[in-house]
Amino acid sequence: MKTDCSFRSFSIGLVVAWLVIFAVIPQILVLGASFLSTSEQGFLSLPLTLENYRQLFDSVILGIVGRSLGLAGMVTLVCLILGYPFAWILARAPRNYRSLLLLLLVIPFWTNSLIRTYALIAILNTRGLLNTFLLATGIIQTPLRILYTQGAVLIGLTYTLLPFMVLPLYSAIEKLDPGLREAARDLGASRWATFVRVDLPLTQGGIIAGCMLVFLPALGMFYIPDILGGARSLLLGNFIRDQFMIARNWPFGSAASVFLTVIMTLLLCLYAWRKTTTRQEDRA
Amino acid sequence: MKTFIKAAYAAVIYLFLYFPLVVLGAYSFNASRYSLGWKGFTTAWYAKLMNNAQLMDAAVHSLTIACCSATLATFLGTLAALALHRYRFPGRKILSGCVYVLIMSPDIIMGISLLVLYLVLAIPLGFWTLLLSHITLCLPFVTVTVLSRLQEFDPHVIEAARDLGAREFALFRHVILPMVMPSVMAGWLLCFTLSLDDVMISFFTTGPGYEILPLKIYSMVRLGVKPEVNALCVIMMGITLLAVPTAQWLVKDKKR
Repeated sequence: MKTDCSFRSFSIGLVVAWLVIFAVIPQILVLGASFLSTSEQGFLSLPLTLENYRQLFDSVILGIVGRSLGLAGMVTLVCLILGYPFAWILARAPRNYRSLLLLLLVIPFWTNSLIRTYALIAILNTRGLLNTFLLATGIIQTPLRILYTQGAVLIGLTYTLLPFMVLPLYSAIEKLDPGLREAARDLGASRWATFVRVDLPLTQGGIIAGCMLVFLPALGMFYIPDILGGARSLLLGNFIRDQFMIARNWPFGSAASVFLTVIMTLLLCLYAWRKTTTRQEDRA
Repeated sequence: MKTFIKAAYAAVIYLFLYFPLVVLGAYSFNASRYSLGWKGFTTAWYAKLMNNAQLMDAAVHSLTIACCSATLATFLGTLAALALHRYRFPGRKILSGCVYVLIMSPDIIMGISLLVLYLVLAIPLGFWTLLLSHITLCLPFVTVTVLSRLQEFDPHVIEAARDLGAREFALFRHVILPMVMPSVMAGWLLCFTLSLDDVMISFFTTGPGYEILPLKIYSMVRLGVKPEVNALCVIMMGITLLAVPTAQWLVKDKKR
């Protein structure tokens, strides 16, 4: 069966080669670059140094990292609070409407995210639609300054990333057996107790997956803070971008990128660990 | 009453998601150039767009890259799904882990690492680097789409084909491929939109000689926006709005 073998090796070989060349090696190069220095001629040069990592923990950078983590955490929380009831409603909608409702959720999220961010400017502007509406209805007396603040970045990131939270939550809630909730209520659990002790643990997988799908991109996305946040809201993504494109300090930028990769790896490990422990509990 | 609250809540979320798109559409027909107020209906921006060679060039570049990278990524991604589903080989778990990590990882990490790779290999930035990057971006999404379809299969069909003497390639060509075709096409459309949408990876991996639409819009937004960009956005939105339901329909159709 020579042809069998060659088709098998062809498909495996090609895919593995591609991922090694375009995913694994580049990561190793970035890791390597983070230990190098900059020079006048090139972007990267010897000697090897830990200076980039030391600089990363300077107070200014630490501030940027802290602010980014805080904002990404905030976005994740807002998405979770907005998304959980929404996913619940979708998953409990009449069966024949469900795919239509999901499609409606997905359509805007396939429209160029830059274009959508750009549309938000027209809404959040001092003389934009939101302020015009609020002034006209008399809810506020003076226009709110939202655009070019941290709040605008929060709105923009929430807007872009919300579907990433809703989709995994939806599939977790859809799998939830309503009988278990009824049983809990019959046994005298209050609404709140049912939610905390039945719904939350059983949809935990979806919650964690959704939070990761929001938190990680929120950390790295540089164009939304750029467009909505103005010059002052420097975040980790923008910082890395600037080190590469403006400051031309590639080793330092690489170190920041490695830092981001480490955060991602830790979260993925946590996720994988949770998954195996839940599975073991299921078996027990 | 409870149903009403639920419907109202869902409506508010949908409004939040769709309002910016509606606003954009409306502004593309607004005669006023600077103010946000409505000054009457016009299609002037669409006409102006057609004469804006730079923007149109960038749009053509974007569509070219999206088509090429979607096709190649679909090819590779389908092979990857097949390999993960059918074959047992050392490193299979690592390969499948790699696919999921690529989906999860922030785009900026991929963009930067590819930029460093191209620099080290001394490949000039432009069409080719952009193409390679977009294939890498899209590949895991195709793999996951096709893989989930493969896992729904009745394995007996494949066994039967084997018993009837089908070799591995014939099996792929005549049995597996026709069965996964809807999800392969859905994967292609997904790649197409991912590639059209990508800002971050393109930002790092394209050169000044090859401008694509998202980056062109990005630089325009920062320098002050021209109304023809609104018109262009509406057209691009139209393209994706056609592509996505088609993909959804393809995925749904096969389930019967």
